[in-house]
Amino acid sequence: MRFETAPAPHVVAGFTVPRVMFLVLLALAPAAVAHVVVFGPGLLLQFAVAAPVALGCEAAALALRRRPALPALRDGSVLVTAALLAICLPPLLPWWLTALGTAVAVLLGKHVYGGLGYNPFNPAMVGYAVLLISFPVAMTRWPLTGAELDWPTLARLTIHSFYSGVPPPDLSWDAWTGATALDALRTGLRQRLTLQEIRAGAPFGVLGAAGFVWVNLAALAGGLFLLRRGIVRWQIPAALLAGLALPAALAQALDPGGHPGALFHLFSGATMLGAFFIATDPVSAATSDRGRLIYGAGIGFLTWIIRRWGSYPDGVAFAVLLMNLAAPLIDRLTIPRIYGQTRD
Amino acid sequence: MQARRDFAPGLVLDARKRSTMRERIVAAPEPAQVFVLLDQGDGRRGTPCVREGERVRQGAAIARADDGPGADLHAPVAGRIRSIGPHENLREAGPGIVIDNDGSDERDSRWEPCPDADSLDPDDLIERIRGGGIVGLGGALYPTAAKLAQGRDRSVTHLVLNGAECEPWICCDDALMRETPGEVVRGAQLMLRACGAAKCTIAIEDDKAEAGAALEAALAAAGDARLSLAVLPAVYPAGAERQLLTAVTGLEVPQHAWPPAIGLLCQNVGTAVAIARLMRTGEPLIRRIVTVTGSGVAHPGNLDARIGTPIAELIAAAGGYAGAPRRLWFGGSMTGRALPDDAWPLTSAMNCIVAATAADLRAPAQAEQACIRCGDCARVCPAGLLPQELHRAVRSRDEMLLERFGLADCIECGCCDYVCPSAIPLVERFRQERVAMRERAAEAARAKAARLHFEHRERRLAELEADRRREFEDARRRARDSSRDGG
Repeated sequence: MRFETAPAPHVVAGFTVPRVMFLVLLALAPAAVAHVVVFGPGLLLQFAVAAPVALGCEAAALALRRRPALPALRDGSVLVTAALLAICLPPLLPWWLTALGTAVAVLLGKHVYGGLGYNPFNPAMVGYAVLLISFPVAMTRWPLTGAELDWPTLARLTIHSFYSGVPPPDLSWDAWTGATALDALRTGLRQRLTLQEIRAGAPFGVLGAAGFVWVNLAALAGGLFLLRRGIVRWQIPAALLAGLALPAALAQALDPGGHPGALFHLFSGATMLGAFFIATDPVSAATSDRGRLIYGAGIGFLTWIIRRWGSYPDGVAFAVLLMNLAAPLIDRLTIPRIYGQTRD
Repeated sequence: MQARRDFAPGLVLDARKRSTMRERIVAAPEPAQVFVLLDQGDGRRGTPCVREGERVRQGAAIARADDGPGADLHAPVAGRIRSIGPHENLREAGPGIVIDNDGSDERDSRWEPCPDADSLDPDDLIERIRGGGIVGLGGALYPTAAKLAQGRDRSVTHLVLNGAECEPWICCDDALMRETPGEVVRGAQLMLRACGAAKCTIAIEDDKAEAGAALEAALAAAGDARLSLAVLPAVYPAGAERQLLTAVTGLEVPQHAWPPAIGLLCQNVGTAVAIARLMRTGEPLIRRIVTVTGSGVAHPGNLDARIGTPIAELIAAAGGYAGAPRRLWFGGSMTGRALPDDAWPLTSAMNCIVAATAADLRAPAQAEQACIRCGDCARVCPAGLLPQELHRAVRSRDEMLLERFGLADCIECGCCDYVCPSAIPLVERFRQERVAMRERAAEAARAKAARLHFEHRERRLAELEADRRREFEDARRRARDSSRDGG
């Protein structure tokens, strides 16, 4: 009797990339809900543009490269890129900028290097960085949150701004939008204001920046879910949060008037999203456990530096990109010891 | 020496042995014909020392090891040699010796017990083991006599008997330890004598409670203080040689070195039983215990079968096929080699034969994708490698990276393949690259030899030419001088 032959092993666990990506999207859901509650429906609009543009660009790039498009479209990785970019973008951003950023992320961030698995940079952060450098005003315009702006008005402002790029006639940019807490902090400190003065005039909350606190807490919850499911390992998030919190705490201890503390940094901007969803992209991160500790700590520390002394509102994107650059070197220097290997 | 480091823990797998672990060993029906492959599965090939048409007795040597540490092959049955060479219906299996069983079971004259084994000189003991053609029955088939002799040369101190049997499906060693624990203990004592080690640890996994109890009782009965039992967690691949030695002794076998380099020697429990039997009865290695199992077999169990028995007959002895078997392999599900045909004969490497139906197989749910460097493979690698980086090195064919990421250190356990979400056949790639690397090295050696040969010839020709020219110049000068003298 004849039989089919195949190399061992004859059984596998059955983990798949699509499953990984699906769980990442699922874990992103709480942060997305918080985002919509706090900042209005902008995120949904952004994702509604980013997702089809991302899928379209992926398909087009694969067609140009004469590769089968279907497996790549199904693996979900491009949807994760779209979702991460969308949640980082200001909700008021007009749709054509979102489309541009997404196209840049997928085409220049991913496919020029050979597609999934070969991109040295986090694609979503490439898209974000290009938009931030090219359109700094639109990219730093966040709606006011809290009592000043009720949700229906916020929705009206968002939708109008989304399709036309300008606010509705009865609402003005100056009255309804403002800098984020991180932005206010940086410019305030540059003008030699004290922390108390800055706090009085900007959207600060209990833990960090008002509004962003909720998104961060929700992202933390989603991140813990990924940790539990083994999709994300603890090294990068833990190192990143420590790399950000320790210098922040130390600086505050030395100069309480000039530095907000660790808690502010942990719950402002894209900290938790960065720690659990962005920096953990395995393709562009360092690969060994020790390498990932260094990589994560580097992102945390650079984020703190850029937030404090840089000229952009949040440092996570640039910190991630810079450490992406460093990842190959980190990998070279952190090859773990092989069984039976002796090192001098 | 190095302190033990907890390498990535491997995998906890569904053992698939529950049914066969209760089965007693059953003698397989005597085959009417055996086909003994000259290469039993370790790549070494013996030279036949019998002629076609010749009659052989059971246990007579039929093929001699060519060179190096080989092991002789012995006739599993008495009868006439039908053919030598590739089997007419099974050319893909390679050359072997076909013997028609005459049913007489007439034994070779050398089939004699060795009552004084305990007082034999270790060298003589090793020689007897060599004469019995005993090889490592865990699957690697390394000639036992050679291994014991190497251990003796290196003055090993600690012998470890491997009864871990960590791979799914296989339970022939478990059956052996449950039913003949005394033979295991006896074999351990003989091996200690042969290799000169001071102590022996028999290592089993903690899912073999019955075998453990049987061994405990046998050890108590033997009252030999040199022997002990170690129970390890059932985590694949606990039974891989290096991983087992580290788990038992806390020592790591250095890279590119063998266990005797650190005073350790590892043998399989089945091999110990084979040695005990050789000394007690004189029987050379002509049969082994094989687990015949899988959802495609009607009555899975453990068979005591002659080497060279067609696998189809073993399946028949286990109640025949059931359901729709799709793949037939020998070994466990992680490293087992698939066979294209059940006409293949049993070799001493086959500890287990699995007839797998679709339910026993789980292929990756998708086609191979690019590596996303998730690092799941590195977390489970028992050798401490970064398979994701090794894979990249294989793609780039960079010898320096292949060395740095430890291509030679891969034990081909398959853990990385098991967890890879991108369905990359990592072990297969590594295996192929090892072959390719050896070929490249051989090619480079050939090229170098050819170049040296060429350069040598060029130099020789140049010297010849220079000599000729010098002689010519000399002759001309002499002619000129003589003509001047003459003028």
